[in-house]
Amino acid sequence: MSDWVEACAAGDIDEEDVMRFDHAGRTFAIYRSPDDEYFATDGLCTHEKVHLADGLVMDDIIECPKHNGRFNYKTGDARGAPVCVSLRTYPVKVNAGKVLVQVG
Amino acid sequence: MVIGAGECGGRAALALRDLGFEGPVTLVGDEPHLPYERPPLSKEAMTGEAPAIKAIATDALFAERAIRHIHSVRAVAIDRAAHVVQLSDGSSLPYEKLLLATGSVPRKLPMPGLGGRCVYLRTFNDALAIRAHLSAGNRVAIIGGGFIGLELAAAARKLGAAVTVIEAQPRILMRGVPAEIAEIIHKAHEAEGVAIRTGQGIAAIDDDGKEVGITLADGQRVVADLAVIGIGAVPVTALAAEAGLAIDNGIAVDEQLRTADPDIFAAGDCCSFPLAVYGGRRVRLEAWRNAQEQGALAAKNILGGEEVHAAVPWFWSDQYGLTLQIAGLSDEGRSIVRRDLDDGAFILFHLAEDGRLVAASGIGPGNAVARDIRLAEMLIAKRASPAPEALGSQAVKLKSLLAA
Ligand SMILES: Cc1cc2nc3c(=O)[nH]c(=O)nc-3n(C[C@H](O)[C@H](O)[C@H](O)COP(=O)(O)OP(=O)(O)OC[C@H]3O[C@@H](n4cnc5c(N)ncnc54)[C@H](O)[C@@H]3O)c2cc1C
Ligand code: FES
Repeated sequence: MSDWVEACAAGDIDEEDVMRFDHAGRTFAIYRSPDDEYFATDGLCTHEKVHLADGLVMDDIIECPKHNGRFNYKTGDARGAPVCVSLRTYPVKVNAGKVLVQVG
Repeated sequence: MVIGAGECGGRAALALRDLGFEGPVTLVGDEPHLPYERPPLSKEAMTGEAPAIKAIATDALFAERAIRHIHSVRAVAIDRAAHVVQLSDGSSLPYEKLLLATGSVPRKLPMPGLGGRCVYLRTFNDALAIRAHLSAGNRVAIIGGGFIGLELAAAARKLGAAVTVIEAQPRILMRGVPAEIAEIIHKAHEAEGVAIRTGQGIAAIDDDGKEVGITLADGQRVVADLAVIGIGAVPVTALAAEAGLAIDNGIAVDEQLRTADPDIFAAGDCCSFPLAVYGGRRVRLEAWRNAQEQGALAAKNILGGEEVHAAVPWFWSDQYGLTLQIAGLSDEGRSIVRRDLDDGAFILFHLAEDGRLVAASGIGPGNAVARDIRLAEMLIAKRASPAPEALGSQAVKLKSLLAA
């Protein structure tokens, strides 16, 4: 099993928002949901490899900033054109005010 | 049955299956390809060694969803009484419901003298032919300072070609883009070495098949190895017109995308429709997301839905590192409020006389304006009238205005 890495402090992300996190040459998107839970997915859209962290979070949806492709960030599911390939998700936990992601 | 296997037709065919329709679905298109995305054709994607087509579906997906895709064949006539479409290969196909998604084609430059080195850009094949001329040392003239021409200018510069853009209007992007934003784009092009000649009509063109000479209204000459003409697009309506359907700057449909024939719908670039968000103003859009949305909506209504097209128009363009995004139609606005964002990005909010937010235009590096434009789009859809001071201040989150 691979390691948990610290992505940011819990307060770094607003509720219903997203932040970019780069680690070991890879890029992730870390989300804080409206009900104050944290999630993580691949950082790049599956349509044209755009950083999702510039996009808009609404409820459990992240919308890509480039062409408005949508994903459910809790499950990674692609939710409509133009995206058809889902995102990979990663386990997240909050420990002592830090957001940890299992990047394996 | 869907005529036109572009963005709109392709999405509509898939949507019919997503919605659970189990009858036969046939998609007829005159291009040799699977339905594909056109936006990359003028952008950086074309600057690679071997530009690839970006299809929106695979043959396998069509097979799995039982969608019959007939390519390289044109629909030539619709017999509405018999519910039959005549195809260019001599065959004919019956339909119960018909969707016209025939798109648009480049407006022709009405001038004598055009030859093999004067070309237009609409299809993947057009793009490949143009690509072959975009190399270092080659000279490219772009006739028309609209989006497609300017994006292509940026791509051509990336490949090292010498580029001149010729625009008859006093500035580039006259249609739909505020002057403040057009100026940023103008400067970006000049900084990259593009020569822009605005306010210049064309007096004459001579094209011997190897070289194009363009004589401008003021007598100057621009000589190029290739001239790409990008002076707008016209809807493909002949098939509908010959079938007796009403044409009004596009195949005229109602807000549910129905023509006057209850069994024929039209959607995407080819149709004009009443835009609910502006009180039913009739418009025709040439935009990628609209083609998707209308394809999906037409599928719904073909299956008995009665949903109205309520979306706010949305458009983007990429040139060099800059992205422009526009939500709504800015000509609906009477005043402008500017909101500055980080990295030189900014958004112009267009307000109607009564203070309603009717459009937002933004430009900046990368996706700097995307989130706020998306929120503006939602405010426009809600017909909100946010306080101008709030719109103008980066400290006020647009999301908070949406909740209000
Ligand atoms: C180079 C370029 C760049 C663009 N960039 C952007 C952008 O950055 N942002 C944006 O929002 N929009 C952009 N657009 C616009 C966008 O691509 C169009 O709005 C979209 O493709 C419209 O989809 P459509 O399906 O309605 O029409 P089309 O994509 O034109 O598809 C219609 C299809 O129907 C076929 N057809 C027509 N008549 C018949 C017939 N009788 N029988 C069979 N087939 C027929 C046509 O050959 C075509 O394949 C761009 C367009 C181009 C050309
Ligand atoms: S890059 Fe994300 S939707 Fe196109």
